[in-house]
Amino acid sequence: MAETNELLQLVPKAEAKQSMKDFKSDQEVRWCPGCGDYAVLAAVQGFMPDLGLAKENIVFVSGIGCSSRFPYYMNTYGMHSIHGRAPAIATGLASSRRDLSVWVVTGDGDALSIGGNHLIHALRRNVNLKILLFNNRIYGLTKGQYSPTSEVGKITKSTPMGSLDAPFNPVSLAIGAEASFVARTVDSDRKHLTSVLRAAADHPGTALVEIYQNCNIFNDGAFEVMKDKDRAQEAVIRLEHGRPILFGTDDSKGVVRDSLTGDLQVVAVTEENRSQILVHDAHAPSPTTAFALSRLADPDTLHHTPIGVLRDVERPVYDTLMADQLDTAVEQQGKGDLGALLAGNDNWTVAG
Amino acid sequence: MTSQVSSPAEQADEASEALVGGQRAPQSATAGNGEKEIRRLDRVIIRFAGDSGDGMQLTGDRFTSETASFGNDLSTLPNFPAEIRAPAGTLPGVSSFQLHFADHDILTPGDAPNVLVAMNPAALKANIADVPRGADIIVNTDEFTKRPMAKVGYETSPLEDGSLEAYQVHPVPLTTLTIEALKEFGLSRKEAERSKNMFALGLLSWMYHRPTENTEKFLRAKFAKKPQIAEANVAAFRAGWNFGETTEDFAVSYEVAPATHAFPTGTYRNISGNLALSYGLIAAGRQADLPLYLGSYPITPASDILHELSRHKNFGVRTFQAEDEIAGIGAALGAAFGGSLAVTTTSGPGVALKSETIGLAVSLELPLLIIDIQRGGPSTGLPTKTEQADLLQAMYGRNGEAPVPIVAPKTPADCFDAALDAARIALTYRTPVFLLSDGYLANGSEPWRIPEVDELPDLRVQFTQGPNHELADGTEVFWPYKRDPQTLARPWAVPGTPGLEHRIGGIEKQDGTGNISYDPANHDFMVRTRQAKVDGIEVPDLEADDPAGAKTLVLGWGSTYGPITAAVRRLRAAGQPIAQAHLRHLNPFPRNLGEVLKRYDKVVVPEMNLGQLAMLIRAKYLVDAHSYTQVNGMPFKAEQLATALQEAIDG
Repeated sequence: MAETNELLQLVPKAEAKQSMKDFKSDQEVRWCPGCGDYAVLAAVQGFMPDLGLAKENIVFVSGIGCSSRFPYYMNTYGMHSIHGRAPAIATGLASSRRDLSVWVVTGDGDALSIGGNHLIHALRRNVNLKILLFNNRIYGLTKGQYSPTSEVGKITKSTPMGSLDAPFNPVSLAIGAEASFVARTVDSDRKHLTSVLRAAADHPGTALVEIYQNCNIFNDGAFEVMKDKDRAQEAVIRLEHGRPILFGTDDSKGVVRDSLTGDLQVVAVTEENRSQILVHDAHAPSPTTAFALSRLADPDTLHHTPIGVLRDVERPVYDTLMADQLDTAVEQQGKGDLGALLAGNDNWTVAG
Repeated sequence: MTSQVSSPAEQADEASEALVGGQRAPQSATAGNGEKEIRRLDRVIIRFAGDSGDGMQLTGDRFTSETASFGNDLSTLPNFPAEIRAPAGTLPGVSSFQLHFADHDILTPGDAPNVLVAMNPAALKANIADVPRGADIIVNTDEFTKRPMAKVGYETSPLEDGSLEAYQVHPVPLTTLTIEALKEFGLSRKEAERSKNMFALGLLSWMYHRPTENTEKFLRAKFAKKPQIAEANVAAFRAGWNFGETTEDFAVSYEVAPATHAFPTGTYRNISGNLALSYGLIAAGRQADLPLYLGSYPITPASDILHELSRHKNFGVRTFQAEDEIAGIGAALGAAFGGSLAVTTTSGPGVALKSETIGLAVSLELPLLIIDIQRGGPSTGLPTKTEQADLLQAMYGRNGEAPVPIVAPKTPADCFDAALDAARIALTYRTPVFLLSDGYLANGSEPWRIPEVDELPDLRVQFTQGPNHELADGTEVFWPYKRDPQTLARPWAVPGTPGLEHRIGGIEKQDGTGNISYDPANHDFMVRTRQAKVDGIEVPDLEADDPAGAKTLVLGWGSTYGPITAAVRRLRAAGQPIAQAHLRHLNPFPRNLGEVLKRYDKVVVPEMNLGQLAMLIRAKYLVDAHSYTQVNGMPFKAEQLATALQEAIDG
């Protein structure tokens, strides 16, 4: 019996130095050539050794979709589950095994459509999960229907006259769902992607990382405005904790708070308003400003899209609370005695 | 409900039940001299009935506890509406609790009550059709006023218009007497009135010589934070007892001796199906030396298991109340991957939602218990009533060829053993397993011989610790789908084990390596192998109870065990041979089932569905099984089943 118990108490530290190669499985990667998923895979495999965790204590859980093939390519433990349910499955794993580093890989359809319920509840519980949400604003694996993040009017095979539904902003949704860590990054910016992943890994509790990811088959160029050097000036707002929120050519634009409504707005920076430029505080207890930042993005043009860590606050982690209750119960009632439990307080004896 | 079908102590106790109501006094009737008469009875069926807010379930539970500790054999049938509080005084709001207790071994909660306690006109109206002539009816006369009677369509008072002439009616102003008894307590009228169920309990406890200390202890513990209310309830309880002793209307009290011969030596307690099931799960975790993990979503009539397991965190039990049914089983499956003994509890509608995840568990080949406390369906159906109509859902309710073993307990106490058995199969064969209980077993209760902990089966499993396969070049590797040649189970290697990192998923896997494979021949092989694994699960042979070489076999499964056995006793007592067998394992069936069935000219299958087991039997064994079915939300009555079986034999 001791053996199995020991197994459940392994300490997640790597004994030897690891390299990117250690995290590559022997399986051939089968995404379309040119897919943004390759870049994310390389970034994850590349930064994993830096975490210094024993790779046998790392688990990738995914749902269904192109990105959900991810676990097969990681030489860690992994589960490719069913559509939308990865956060639920990962919740069971993380809450029963605190010695594991559990990562969820999901997409915009998987996480926000069929699995929307599990995503929001994982976030509100603050289970110790790192959720990588690959957002390509399209359904890739089913060959090109619009997704819950597609812009209104999207022409696809299922919406020949244009889609009718307003899209989700995943970052706004996560903040609304009480997320303690929310970030956004882009597949093509390896350095930014890696820094955000590392911040997520360091966060105790649920971390949601939205990764803008190009589907070069069904939605090619969806994020081009954020990648093209010139156009990105208008599109991308890079957030850094403790730094004024400035963007545009030579930081000519900035974000200020409207004194009347309290909302945020983009302004051209002048000598008069420079002192009013908002300083990004990812650790602000109130989610209000992080939410307002997330709303600056225009869902159609992607102008004024903040990337980086929008919110990173500490609050109690579900798995820890659950484990604490188990400990408290033992303290208060003593370790469970099966014989006493079965006997109860109200029994009688029949003599032979 | 303690005996086996083949018990030598078998009695035809229920043979004359319900033909004549009232309380039989087959043994000596001893009249006292000036004292009240005490009659000895061999068994009694009492039904407490009142409004949903009247506390009838609590009253029934307490009477049951008193009866259990007195040493009678017993069986109970709680029956309540799905609404928490239907409009007061209406027929849909009636809640009842039936209890059958005896000085010998009994099998069912009884067909018809000898005593009906009716707390209001609705309770009388809703239950009178079940009460045989000559039975005792105790009514709370305070409620038989114009409005409450009009509410349920009584134009004249049934207490006065002669319509109850055939019964022994005991009119008792329960409310007034309770308020009177509690006037020292300074409670409001409304507060005092609430104790009238305890007055009724006291009266019945006197009538049947029940021990009372435990009820008083129970009330003081229940209202520990409100000592005044506790004492008021104790006072009402005692007042009810004293009322019985002093009033002339109750001239007779009854003794039902302990069922000393019905019980093998041992220590006993009374237990409901859901409690026994919860304990079985905790015991399974301990016997497997694995932490127990429950992922669940509240649903009637399964929620009590979630509640119970949540109370036992000091056993290392983790309970997770998920956002929905799908997340409940999802979390359980995740915990199974991590090396927990994982469980999800639900009822039929929840199973429907969990189907896709059950299919994933079949594909992942991880141990997982799916507990389905069946209720009336389809859809929301009858949440608080019983049915056995999820058998085919458990058997086939998934896409693709997705075989899942099925285990079914036969009595409330048997839920304990069934849980251990389901865990054995799940852990040994690395498979999801269905446990099909139902509302009748879940809420019904009976005495249970408490097992010694060292009698429980050893369920320990070995997680895989190292490579299990050697490649042609001599490299040692881990193959997650390389099977045990005996059981066909695949290795269980949990995260945290160095060197065994592997990926599993719902896409078809290559035999051995577990890598994604779309190869047609491999898929054909894997489908057949998963089926062969389930088909090969070891289950005990079926034993038919057939003392007289009968030509007809009655075959049941699950909670119909009690009523079927009672019906079989009736037939045998009347000289009619009949064989009986009861299935615990529905998938796979016992190896000898086909051979047993073919021994008989006729096979009758009573079920609380439209013939689901009968269909499986017919399909698999080409036996002309005769189906006898009932789907009214209630268990079979022994009398009715006996008639049906006799007709099947004759027909």
